[in-house]
Amino acid sequence: MLAERQPPETVISVHQLRRVFKSGKSTVEAVAGIDLEVYGGEIFGFLGPNGAGKTTTLRMLATLLPPTSGEATVVGQDLRRHPAEVRRRIGYVGQRGGADLQISGRSELVFEARLYGMNPAEARRRAAELIDSLELESCAERKISTYSGGQRRRLDVGVGLVHRPQLLFLDEPTTGLDPQSRVRMWDEVRKLRDQGTTVFLTTHYLEEADALCNRLAIIDHGRIVALGTPDELKRAVAGDLVTVGVSGDVEEALRLLQHQPFVREASIDGRELRLYVDRGETATPNILRLLDRAGLGLTTVALSRPSLDDVFLRSTGRSLRESDAA
Amino acid sequence: MKLAHDTWLVFQRYFGIFIHNPAWVAVGVLQPALYLLLFAPLLKSIASVPGFPHGGAYNVFVPGLLVQLALFGAAGVGFSLISELRLGVVERLRVTPVSRLSLLLGRALRDVLTLFVQAVILVLLALPFGLSFKPLGILIGLGLVALIGLLVASISYALALALKDENSFAPIIFTASLPLLLLSGVLLPMSLAPNWLRTISTLNPFSHAVAANRAVFLGHLSNANVLQGVAIMAVLAAVAVWFAARSFGRAIS
Repeated sequence: MLAERQPPETVISVHQLRRVFKSGKSTVEAVAGIDLEVYGGEIFGFLGPNGAGKTTTLRMLATLLPPTSGEATVVGQDLRRHPAEVRRRIGYVGQRGGADLQISGRSELVFEARLYGMNPAEARRRAAELIDSLELESCAERKISTYSGGQRRRLDVGVGLVHRPQLLFLDEPTTGLDPQSRVRMWDEVRKLRDQGTTVFLTTHYLEEADALCNRLAIIDHGRIVALGTPDELKRAVAGDLVTVGVSGDVEEALRLLQHQPFVREASIDGRELRLYVDRGETATPNILRLLDRAGLGLTTVALSRPSLDDVFLRSTGRSLRESDAA
Repeated sequence: MKLAHDTWLVFQRYFGIFIHNPAWVAVGVLQPALYLLLFAPLLKSIASVPGFPHGGAYNVFVPGLLVQLALFGAAGVGFSLISELRLGVVERLRVTPVSRLSLLLGRALRDVLTLFVQAVILVLLALPFGLSFKPLGILIGLGLVALIGLLVASISYALALALKDENSFAPIIFTASLPLLLLSGVLLPMSLAPNWLRTISTLNPFSHAVAANRAVFLGHLSNANVLQGVAIMAVLAAVAVWFAARSFGRAIS
């Protein structure tokens, strides 16, 4: 008997969400009408340069900022009509964290737990649980001002999880962290997803979106320009690139390969053949076999995959890395 | 009731921070203490001048000094809120179900408690100089300090939430405090003032608080000034609390 696959539940449903900021005479459309859906148990990412509207969207969905127009349903509750109900079921970890530096990590966790209605004993138990799972034993009693960047961020996530929300919003969770802490944070986020929490995060780091997200949306100037799994997005843009160094007749090699079914585009670059293929890992052995049978000598072969930067470039005309540096 | 529970939680949190930084109590009491020790003695020689209220220099000066303590002490509470805004604390708390009013009241109660401690220190300091008062008088006096503290702290927090930046917050607070102080009769009683100045001072709600506190210290509890001063402070405090609680609820961009 085949097991019935449950259709994924929709945890966030957004329709034409817009947010406009007025300052003096100028009006800025930070979020220009976005539509998206986030499913239960996935890590969903918003990737885009600074100022793209990621944080504004997140804050709207977390009920911190009223939308200018549009509708959204978050964890089954209408965002505009029942914000208090939304808040009870979500956790939010802002870019700046939100923990007070003057108190200890444990006190902060206990305080948050009590705000959600836990009695002192329950609150202490929950704090101990989180300290254990987030590996904060070594610093739990110290003031948060003494924490390293990684410890601070883990504590911030702990504060957001105190009431076991089914949906957690993470705004730029690893900005400013060293590479080690960043990888550690990624593990924490994956752990959350594996335990059934849906995670909606924003980031301007390509590697992060690639490594963590089940699905992502690329956002630029307040609009979604691409939406899908990292793999889908990358394949839609370019396919993999196989570069082959040919010692024999390069033109003949080109003629041989360019009309093969798995080759999308082919061109010559000096003594090298550049082939855009659907799947590099299956195309490369085929290419080598064909060249070999034709007696064309092979000197080098290289395989490179497209990156999300290629996706961003294709969708917006700019490189995400450059936009970020600007 | 949820409001009381949340307010108690918020108060506990800020009280905990306060207990670990008792130096702030000393800092807050320093300025009024200096006035007490270095300025008040000068009043002794003019205490017999016609127009100066009866009762003795210190009995006239100290009640006004307590109003000054509350005014200046509570005015600066917004600075700590601005740092919290920068840290994202307020935003994080707004996602929780905590009552917006308790976010204000919990903090304000901590501020009022600080003022109480400082007021008691000042009164004790003034005793050797000849301060005398009725017990009921001092209780009502402390009550006035609490109301003023609540009023000014609420305004300070509301302003901090609106401005979000020390550089715009500080000048407003400091520029507003001085005329309020000078026009309230704290340093020298308004009864010594020419008519035009006295008229302007009646527009300053704190001058009524000072008059009320003086009457209460001297034991004239049935004086009309007392009810007037307390009522004005109570009404203003209620409005300020309502306004500040609303500010905590609005979006923080």
